[in-house]
Parts: sequence; structure tokens; C-alpha cells
Amino acid sequence: MTLDDILAGLFPNGSKIDISGAMIAGSAILPGAGPIHVLGITQGQPLGVDEAVALARRVLEIVKSGDRAPILFLVDSSSQRMSRRDELLGLSEYLSHLAKALLLAEAEGHCTVALLYGGSAAGAFIATALAAGTLVGLPGAHPAVMDLPSMARVTKLPIDVLKAKAEATPVFAPGLENMVQTGGIHLVLDERAPLAPQLAAILKRPQGLDERSRLGAERGGRRKAAEIADRVVALAACAPQGTQHG
Amino acid sequence: MIAATANTDSLSWYEASARQRIDALVDPGSFAEFIGPEQREMSPHLSIFDLPEQFDDGIVVGRGRLEGSPVLVAAQEGRFMGGAFGEVHGAKLTGLLRAARALQQDVLILFDTGGVRLQEANAGELAIAEIMRAVIEARRAGANVIGLIGGRAGCYGGGSLIAGTCSRLIVSEQGRISVSGPEVIETNKGIEEFDSRDRALVWRTMGGKHRYLIGGADTFVDDEALAFRQAAMDALKVTRGCGVAVLEAEQTRLERRLQRFGAARDAVEIWQALGIDTSTDIPALPTDAFLAAANNRENADDAR
Repeated sequence: MTLDDILAGLFPNGSKIDISGAMIAGSAILPGAGPIHVLGITQGQPLGVDEAVALARRVLEIVKSGDRAPILFLVDSSSQRMSRRDELLGLSEYLSHLAKALLLAEAEGHCTVALLYGGSAAGAFIATALAAGTLVGLPGAHPAVMDLPSMARVTKLPIDVLKAKAEATPVFAPGLENMVQTGGIHLVLDERAPLAPQLAAILKRPQGLDERSRLGAERGGRRKAAEIADRVVALAACAPQGTQHG
Repeated sequence: MIAATANTDSLSWYEASARQRIDALVDPGSFAEFIGPEQREMSPHLSIFDLPEQFDDGIVVGRGRLEGSPVLVAAQEGRFMGGAFGEVHGAKLTGLLRAARALQQDVLILFDTGGVRLQEANAGELAIAEIMRAVIEARRAGANVIGLIGGRAGCYGGGSLIAGTCSRLIVSEQGRISVSGPEVIETNKGIEEFDSRDRALVWRTMGGKHRYLIGGADTFVDDEALAFRQAAMDALKVTRGCGVAVLEAEQTRLERRLQRFGAARDAVEIWQALGIDTSTDIPALPTDAFLAAANNRENADDAR
């Protein structure tokens, strides 16, 4: 679906959303849910220091407004911007700052939902879609850590071999279904049904719980993560203090 | 009995293994590991690629004491798969941070990583996201999360994003912090954009001195385990949380950095803008002289 189709489907009563360059910012009324902030990165653009700091500024303005309205973050990006300038200026801090702003918004009472409708990869994916309380996708979305040709180069495996391995496991290859199976994407919206009620239902989910590793275990794409993390929590809580002997 | 003053031997942080770093960092004999190598919790995915596993999946997590106070500690082993985040590796750190939130205990993360492990890329990427969330939740519950960066593999990719969520970062000259590695930029954008074989360029763009000068790290230390230990003790003396005020201050700081240095083409131009007369000498300066020259650096106090 195009961005225009998505916005028309979500906000049939209209919206005030500004799309300038790679950036989306504005607000709308979601039928059945009320006012909602809309942000995002579009046109498959990379996320660099300039875009990340502008998006974070908008998120912090929303937090400071105190309205506690939900935030929808639309994502169609490439990866982090790969450039000497961005790394010279400390890109990692800018991407983390955007992720932190989204996590802060959620902690301060804004329901945060990311909608992946195009591509996203690596650091851009982590700083946007994966920093929301709930991530949903649309059919045709294509998340990736690294594309298969690049992966073939790094792992020194022929691409046909990689493709064959990707049939057997969702754990490494790019794609929407793999990200669903590993628990990163909560669900894929039905593009043939009205979008607004589907998003309104997502907004009613409880926030503040990271269910991704549990979902990954249930769906079979990431069987160990939840169990390992839970075991560490239990060991840290139970291991008696002061029993170390030198 | 092990004497309480046993942490006196000189040890290069860069050269040391994850376990050596922990032993030198915390109070002698105080470390207890969670899910140690005897548990054989290895990657379930590397065998798909006919790659060898490691019994601890390249990360050591547990509890110890620093100056007598309890701390949770995680150390990545850069010599196994470049310290990269896979499913088990990442989940051990996620669990440790969730424990930090529940127990309101401080955490030390000894980064040594190239980022996400490509052979389990989706699981690694999600682990990064889960860890970043867990860091912020631990900080909001009152715990400090301190990053120590000075290992062979540096702190790249998703590791650098986790570092960006920490409350303080301690770095040595050897500690490189960057999202895209030099080879990745060169492969994707060409040698004109970044020549990964130009090691001087790598160090002055991503290395510990530059990160300290622009406020990307809070404490600069020698490549010595004892120096990291002392810096960690100092870092734990202040707790800032992670609320609106901290993130607003960080927003201001990061905007200011773009205004001040956004047009610079090389780190040396940034160092000149910071008023360092001998900016071309920075890479060669020993720690004392460097810290003196860095007097007017940008800092991230209360803004990280």
C-alpha cells in the first residue's frame, strides 16, 4: 500500500500530516480512538543524524505537551545512513536518542505503535520500528538486517546456499514473515479490511510489556531467548548475597 | 583468602579476555556467573552454518562487588564471532538488565562487539531492541548502567546503539564506537567515502579520543584494567535516571553538536573548533597531555 492509501484508510475524517522529504509529522483523528500523533520516515530513505534529531525533537515536544495521545510511527526506510560525516558526528548517539525518546513517550503514558509499510534495516529499524511499544506490519513490508547478497559476501557463502538455509530457519534471512516468526512484529494487518479499526484495536493493548521473546518462542522462530532471559532474572534474584568466599 | 587488594597487576584491557576483564574489574573473588559455560547454553543456529559454538556464546554475565557494593556485570568476548549478538548471547544480557530493574542494582557492560551476528541476524537485531528497552527501564527504576569500551572488536552496530542508552560511557583510546564499520561504509558507498585501510582515519573518526572530545563518552582512561575499575567506581557515584529532563538536555546537546561541527569534513576540523591548538597532535598524545588538551571538550553531563 502507498503512504497515501494508508493515511486515507486510517484517517477517513482527514488529518493534518506534513510530508517533507523523508519525514512525516502531524496529527489526526483515528475513528474509535480519538486524537493521534503521526510521525515517520518514508520513501525508503536512510536515517542519519539530521533526520534522527528532528524526529526525536518532535517526540519530545509531544511528551512535553502532556496530552498522552497515542503516537503512530510510520516506517519505510533503508538502513542508517552509511557515511563518514554521520559517523564522525556520532550517529550511534542520535539513533539511540530517537529510540530513547520513543521509549520515554511510552513510559510517560503515550501508547506507541509503529507501522512498517515498506523497508527498514539495521540501525534505522532499531531506532524507529523496534523502539515502539507495538510493531505491526503491512503485507509487502520488507524488514532486513542485511540483504542476502551482502550477507553472502560477509559469510563467504554462495547466495544459493544461503537461500537454501533460509528455507529451513527464520532466524537470519530478511523478510516480514521471518520477523513475525521471531516475535519482532506483533501482527500483520489485513490490507483488504478497513485499517482504522485494526489500529484502534492495537491501541487497546496493554503497554510496557516486552512480549517479543515470548512471541518468538510461541511461533517457533526464537525458541531460546525468553527462557534464557528468564533464567538469568531468576538466578540474579535468588542467588544468595554474601556467600562468596575468597 | 584472597587479599582485598589483589587487583594491582597491570593488564591491558584491549588484550584481555572477557573473563580476565571481569576478574580485574570487580573485587577479588566476588564474581559469580549466571548460566556459565558448564551449562552448555550454546547458539542453536551456528551449526546451520557449520560454525563452531562456544559454551558461553561469547558473553559472561553475573554478579560481583565493586568497592563492596553489589553490581551486575556483563562482558562480551570479542574473540568469539567478533563479540556479536546472537540469540543466546543477547538474551543473557536482556535478562541481566531486567534483573537490574527488579533489584535496582547497577550494571556494568563491558562491550566488545562488531554488532549483530549475521548468522542469526533477526534474533540478534531483536535482542538489541530488547536490551535497549531493558536498559531504559532499569535506569528509570534507579539503576546506573555503565558501558566500558576498549576491546579489540570495538563497539559497533547494534552494540553502539545499546551504548547510547547507557547512563555513562568509559572509553580508552582503543575503544571505537560507530554504527557502520569502516568496511561496511566502504563496501556500500565506495572507497572515496571511507577508506577502511586508512587506519589513522578510522581511529580519528571512531576512536575513543574523538568520542571523548565530542561528548560521545564521559570518561577517558588508559588501556589498563585498573583505570577502568577506578572509572567505574567513580561513575557509580551519581545516578541520573532517564526522564524528560535528561532527554531534553540530550536533544539540546545533540542539536548543538550539529550546529557546531555539522560542516566539518574531518575530526581534526572539529578538534580545531574546540580550540585545541595542537589538534593534529591529538592521536599521538599520551593520556595526561590529551586530557589537558581536552579541557574545552563537549561533555554529556546530565545529558545522556
